Amino acid sequence: MSPPAHVRVGQPVHAPAGTAKVVLALLRKELLVELRTLESVPGMALFAVTTFVVFHFALNQNTVSGQEAAGILWVTLLFAAMLGVNRLFVADADQGGFDAFLLAPVDRSALLIAKALSLLTYLFVLELVAVPAFALLLLGPPLSQALPSLLAPLALGDLGVAAIGTLIAAMTVRTRARDLLGPMLTLPLLVPVVIGCARATAPLLQAGRAGSGTLPLRWLGTLALYDLVFGLIAYAVFDFLLED
Amino acid sequence: MTELAAQAAPGTLAEDRPIAVALDGLTRNYGERAALEDVSLALPAGATLVAFGPNGAGKTTLLRVLATLLRPHAGAVTVFETPLPQEAWRVRGRIGLLGHEPLLYRELTPRENLRYHARLHGVGEARVEEQLDAVSMTSRADEPVKTLSRGMVQRVAVARATLHDPELLLLDEPYANLDPAAIDLVEPLIGVGGDRSRPRTRVLTSHDPGRGLAEADVVLGLRGGRVSLLADAASVDPEEIAGLYR
Amino acid sequence: MRSPSLRALSIATAVAFCVSLSLVFFYAPIEAEEGFLQKIFYLHVPLAIVSLSGFVIGGLMAIAHLRTRDQRWDLRSYVVIHMSLIFGAAVLITGSIWARASWGHWWVWNEPTLVSFLIIFLLYATYQPLRFAIEDPERQARYASVFAITAGAFVPLNFMAVRLSASYVHPRVLGSSSNLPGPMMLTFFVSLGAMALLFATLCCYELAAKRTRILLKARSRILGFQ
Repeated sequence: MSPPAHVRVGQPVHAPAGTAKVVLALLRKELLVELRTLESVPGMALFAVTTFVVFHFALNQNTVSGQEAAGILWVTLLFAAMLGVNRLFVADADQGGFDAFLLAPVDRSALLIAKALSLLTYLFVLELVAVPAFALLLLGPPLSQALPSLLAPLALGDLGVAAIGTLIAAMTVRTRARDLLGPMLTLPLLVPVVIGCARATAPLLQAGRAGSGTLPLRWLGTLALYDLVFGLIAYAVFDFLLED
Repeated sequence: MTELAAQAAPGTLAEDRPIAVALDGLTRNYGERAALEDVSLALPAGATLVAFGPNGAGKTTLLRVLATLLRPHAGAVTVFETPLPQEAWRVRGRIGLLGHEPLLYRELTPRENLRYHARLHGVGEARVEEQLDAVSMTSRADEPVKTLSRGMVQRVAVARATLHDPELLLLDEPYANLDPAAIDLVEPLIGVGGDRSRPRTRVLTSHDPGRGLAEADVVLGLRGGRVSLLADAASVDPEEIAGLYR
Repeated sequence: MRSPSLRALSIATAVAFCVSLSLVFFYAPIEAEEGFLQKIFYLHVPLAIVSLSGFVIGGLMAIAHLRTRDQRWDLRSYVVIHMSLIFGAAVLITGSIWARASWGHWWVWNEPTLVSFLIIFLLYATYQPLRFAIEDPERQARYASVFAITAGAFVPLNFMAVRLSASYVHPRVLGSSSNLPGPMMLTFFVSLGAMALLFATLCCYELAAKRTRILLKARSRILGFQ
């Protein structure tokens, strides 16, 4: 029997893949695994909604507005995000995913970008559920007055969480007590994001205004600066976390 | 101090072939312990090196260094005339590793896993189908890996490791978890390969002196991270290999 | 090995502290509003400046470690951050005492420096747990450096954010260190110098102790094998 065609050890069958394609491949794999296991996003969303209920009882209030509302919303989103951050690299660490990626002839920053993008996706879906739930359960003033302007702090805050969350998740996934260490490291680092987002959102959620309050640009500027600085730092140091 | 053994088994391989893998005083520490200490050897292209040694001797560490997953702490590592780790990115695409872990996502199917690896290596989808067929996993290619038996998972792992047709194949006990029929199946993929003009260089670890010796051109015996035996396979006695384990 | 310079450093620190304390107690005027207890300012602010600089320097040393792969930079980075954390605890304690003395509360949110410090302290308090959660020493050093760099960059950003968020309705509780009259300025700078010397001396001591322990371990291992 002649040797099957695949046995020939002839021309190499591949050309190295560009970074954008690699990011796409990684992202596809991430989202596929998440869709199959549904490990992160439903938990995050459910946690957020339950937390709003807990807040109702803890504060003994039917509605909140202004800075209080902004605070409750952002703290809840932040803690729900922690759940997603904790799980971000777990499948890779447990199933040899790091090795698989490290063996490939690709730019290693692609992993950072892909993971951050997938975390962003999870946060986006989380907010699709949590923000309306918040408006329904706790928010006094109507959400519609805040809505278009709310997108800016949401987006900038998400970027900050994605950058820092991905970096810290990569740092803690192969350590003992990774579920504790992750939030312990991430929460202090995200305080500026909380400050920026909560202060930016507060005027939007003021009670008794015909039009929404204006978005303070100072906070958006701070958030943008934070995102830029930590995005760059994460990009610069990520390789050192992967190599051995 | 052992001397470098650059000779291949006489009569089977040409003498003026380039050196695929050259190690010079390779040292890799784990804390204060040496996982590998002062390992030197030169392996010509197309030759097969089989590493023996008890657990903890450094065989897996050696494979991982060659796979560019671990950096040497001292000494020089050169693969295909490219120094590692500085220029590891150049040769990564030409190296394939089959380790103890299959490197497959349990929730994804073999096809999805292989397609993912194919994209990472810039390999086309047709090749994925070829590989699945080669390991006879086409019929089970759409079931999640977690539902497959260990033997099947190992077959898919072989398909993954050879997906990009690597010139250097690193195999850590490749025949574990495989029954004889499966071994026959994967042999063409992880064997030396039929094309004499571009033979595959291989580094294997083995605990089986009989089988290992039969496949080897060069034998490496490791003990406590140090080289305790390095010679042409033809001149090695199975007793010497057994001696490593005592 | 290093004992002559270590001894010289210790003597210099002791002298600097004597001078600084004399200035604080006998030279610097008693502040009109806050009274005698205001003098804790000469302890609190230098502690804060030295501690913050320490964190940033630790980050710079971590960069050196990652670039050169020299484990000695990692040891220095570790010691500096560890010392800064201890000094940071002192900052929080002295700040709290000062707040109690001037404002009547053990903690105030309106002092941006103190609040930033709390956040930074909480962040760096995770440095050692992170290190000890990683068993492979080489990876531990590498990850610790990544953390030190990230946290070092965080320090100024955090200060900015917290200062921005401080309420402008209440005046700052603890006075700022600019617009000081001459004698106070002199005392402040001498105290700052003394604190910096103390930091350097303690770091050198800890480095020497760690290096000795490493040497001892290495020697005993060699002896153990012979």
